[in-house]
Amino acid sequence: MDRLLEIVQQLVNGVSLGSIYALIALGYTMVYGVLRFINFAHGDIYMLGAYSGFLLAPFFSHFFRFGEFDTFTPQNTLFILSGAGLIMVLSMAICAVIGVLIERIAYRPLRQRPRLNVLITAIGVSLFLQNITQYRLGADPKAFPQLIPVHVVEGLGNLTILTSQLAIIVATILLLFFLRLIVMRTKMGMAMRALSLNPTACSLMGVNNDVVISFTFALGSALAAAAGILVSMDSPSINPLMGNLPGIKAFVAAVLGGIGNIPGAALGGLIIGILETLVVAIGFPQWRDGIAFAVLIVILLFKPTGLLGKPEREKV
Amino acid sequence: MEDLLKLDKCTIKFGGLTAVANFTMEVGRRELVGLIGPNGAGKTTVFNMVTGVYPPTEGDVLLGGEPLNGLRPYAITGKGIARTFQNIRLFISLNVFDNVRAAFNLHLEHGPMHALTRGRAFSKEEREIENRTLELLKIFNLDRHRDVMCKSLPYGDQRRLEIVRALATKPKLLLLDEPAAGMTPTEKSNLMRLIEFVQETFDISVLLVEHDMRVVMGICKRIYVLDHGVAIAEGTPEEIRRDPKVIEAYLGEGPGG
Amino acid sequence: MSRALLILFAALLVCLSVSIFGENFIASRYAYYYDILITIGINVILAASLNLVNGYTGQFSLGHAGFMAVGAYTSASWSNHLDPYIVGWLGGAGSPFATNVAFLISMLLAGILAGVAGFAVGVPSLRVKGDYLAIVTLGFGEIIRVTILNTDFVGASRGLSVAGSYTNLFWTYGSVLVCVYVVLGLVHSTYGRGFLTVRDDEVAAEAMGINTTKYKVMAFVVASFFAGIAGALYAHFKAFLTPEGFNFFRSVDVVVFVILGGMGSTIGVVLAAVMLTILPEVLRALSHTQFVPPAYQGLLENRLILYSLLLIILMLTRPQGLFGDPGAIRKRFTRSGGN
Repeated sequence: MDRLLEIVQQLVNGVSLGSIYALIALGYTMVYGVLRFINFAHGDIYMLGAYSGFLLAPFFSHFFRFGEFDTFTPQNTLFILSGAGLIMVLSMAICAVIGVLIERIAYRPLRQRPRLNVLITAIGVSLFLQNITQYRLGADPKAFPQLIPVHVVEGLGNLTILTSQLAIIVATILLLFFLRLIVMRTKMGMAMRALSLNPTACSLMGVNNDVVISFTFALGSALAAAAGILVSMDSPSINPLMGNLPGIKAFVAAVLGGIGNIPGAALGGLIIGILETLVVAIGFPQWRDGIAFAVLIVILLFKPTGLLGKPEREKV
Repeated sequence: MEDLLKLDKCTIKFGGLTAVANFTMEVGRRELVGLIGPNGAGKTTVFNMVTGVYPPTEGDVLLGGEPLNGLRPYAITGKGIARTFQNIRLFISLNVFDNVRAAFNLHLEHGPMHALTRGRAFSKEEREIENRTLELLKIFNLDRHRDVMCKSLPYGDQRRLEIVRALATKPKLLLLDEPAAGMTPTEKSNLMRLIEFVQETFDISVLLVEHDMRVVMGICKRIYVLDHGVAIAEGTPEEIRRDPKVIEAYLGEGPGG
Repeated sequence: MSRALLILFAALLVCLSVSIFGENFIASRYAYYYDILITIGINVILAASLNLVNGYTGQFSLGHAGFMAVGAYTSASWSNHLDPYIVGWLGGAGSPFATNVAFLISMLLAGILAGVAGFAVGVPSLRVKGDYLAIVTLGFGEIIRVTILNTDFVGASRGLSVAGSYTNLFWTYGSVLVCVYVVLGLVHSTYGRGFLTVRDDEVAAEAMGINTTKYKVMAFVVASFFAGIAGALYAHFKAFLTPEGFNFFRSVDVVVFVILGGMGSTIGVVLAAVMLTILPEVLRALSHTQFVPPAYQGLLENRLILYSLLLIILMLTRPQGLFGDPGAIRKRFTRSGGN
């Protein structure tokens, strides 16, 4: 019975971690879907999301009384959640704008050029974002304000799940739901899907490819920002380089699920999160970062198209 | 006449789509054979099958009796099959001279160590290759352009260069993929003469995929016709010209289209 | 002996003479510039070797620092553990002959092991192309780093001290000469044209009988070998190694040299390496003058901000770098991602 509990506990930890990776992975996969391009700078949007929250919170902290609540009670839950939610939504909006700007300034001019160029540009953007943040706000880790009270959720017996973990999982589910709604039920979502299949046909059909691409970047950046806020609620230390490792791992997750495939990215994120948690749980914490790379190499050697992806043949 | 190249009931499927079905074809030594068919018939796929880009899902590709299935393209070229491409694929960062010279790699005696020690054997072979490259270029009137970047060449010259490059690999069989595409009538006539010249001078077989009927009928001794991946006719130009199935497949295009 | 080799040996002799007669003088009187000179040499080796892979063969590798790490830690381990025996056997620690022979052995070992690592990484990785290859090589570089981080024998996160600062102008610039000679010698031959064809059009290259895999792996192994040598030189120069010094950013450093120099131009990348090694020093000196308002001084000292802007601007305006061929850059990466 204890064994079972232990497994469930680790699964929950893994799903919580995996949700973060999933949210970031979605941005990679959507951008790859419409542009066939790996946005190296995406992980840093996640970091900017966290920093947006960090910079915004003081303005609202008086009204929403961040940090003043110790536990969730039926009376204060709605109030707390709306405060945290507002910060999250605002950060998502800011990062969406940043994502669109980056695409406009650095990537769009290179759209006709070989993809090597834009990959290098993306590396440049990533480095720039990290270092300018380091320069303006300092390289030392900052303390993310407490948006929600963090304590063990009551009524689950011996299962230790933190409110922050619950928040991550619930928020991710909601965001995934809305994403699916947008991709499947709106015109813009349909345009995104069409664009990933055949850009030429799309523009011939009257779709403004540029707008759809900007929208894709906005959407992906917003999700990454949400991940940044959520993870900071759970682990409140933020630093300018925090996007590097999660960014790479989320990329691996996207490839694992099949790059360009939206459900695949979510699936991949969960798998990577669970694997990482398991590796630590069975006693190899020093390999927690290495496991994602190992997975990457295995996929690329044996099934480069990922779990849910379709092979693309080069026309000779 | 014994067969040089034989495709024995070859089929290629891509996922659910059958691109080529049960195709049998022979090309004899020193034969000039044509492969025609409407767009999308699978002609380039047959080429890709022969050169190892895609392995056949079923059936065998044999060169001089030896199976080629599963060999990588460079190995197949090593066995003596060279090709040109429908969309010209020259080495764009190299000049005319180097494009041909690069193709001599296949029969190179020396290796990387020799390139580093630069001994007498190395220099000798490099000189030989340089001479042979220039000879080849001269035959095709490209030697005065030897230092020109190949992408600066006029279109017709680029096509010729691709053929020269393929010949540098000393093939027994040359596959030409729509070499007349984009050419003027005069250029096409020159091309026809060029192909016959190549076939005789270098003593090789040629398999030609082409849309232009005048070119195909003009120089090929035998012609295979593909439609939707299936062989619908085979014979001499006269036989093909009169074949009702062929005419129907082209939907009224007829010879000369 | 061929003329080319003779020239190489003559150059090496010149290098040796300069080192024997001038080394101590420069090192003591112009220590600051001496350090920069050594660093330039190491960076040139890294850039010229990576250029063989990224530039001439067109394969985008982002893991070069990993191979440098293999070389650095290998030679450091050798020096720390086996040196006393070798040196003692050859004439004692006071004998320059003994220490230099020991160092040569340690350098060669570093190169060989790095080359082996290059083979191990290259064979599986080079099956994929473009963006995927970049990420895979990045991944391998990180795996190497994480492995070192978790290996106690080489100091793990504490770092590793290196016994013997054997790196001098001769070894550094001698290695530079050998590296440049090897790269240029390989590429400028009929055999070497093969690398370029792999870069330009793999399908056409294969159709012309060129075993593209063999060329890719060879470029990788040769490049890794020299990265290992650079690592050995670095180890015996800084005398202290940490895994952090061989992270992704270090690989990016070298990639910037190659891109700025123009992929496929050895002269270009050598110049770029020189320029970009000197640049931070120049900027640092500049930032302390009155030309620069105090608010921007920190900005100038931040090498990475400038590098990143440089990368972006370069890609937008002059992707071929200083000496690259603009036409050669086109068509390099087609639509297919992983296959």
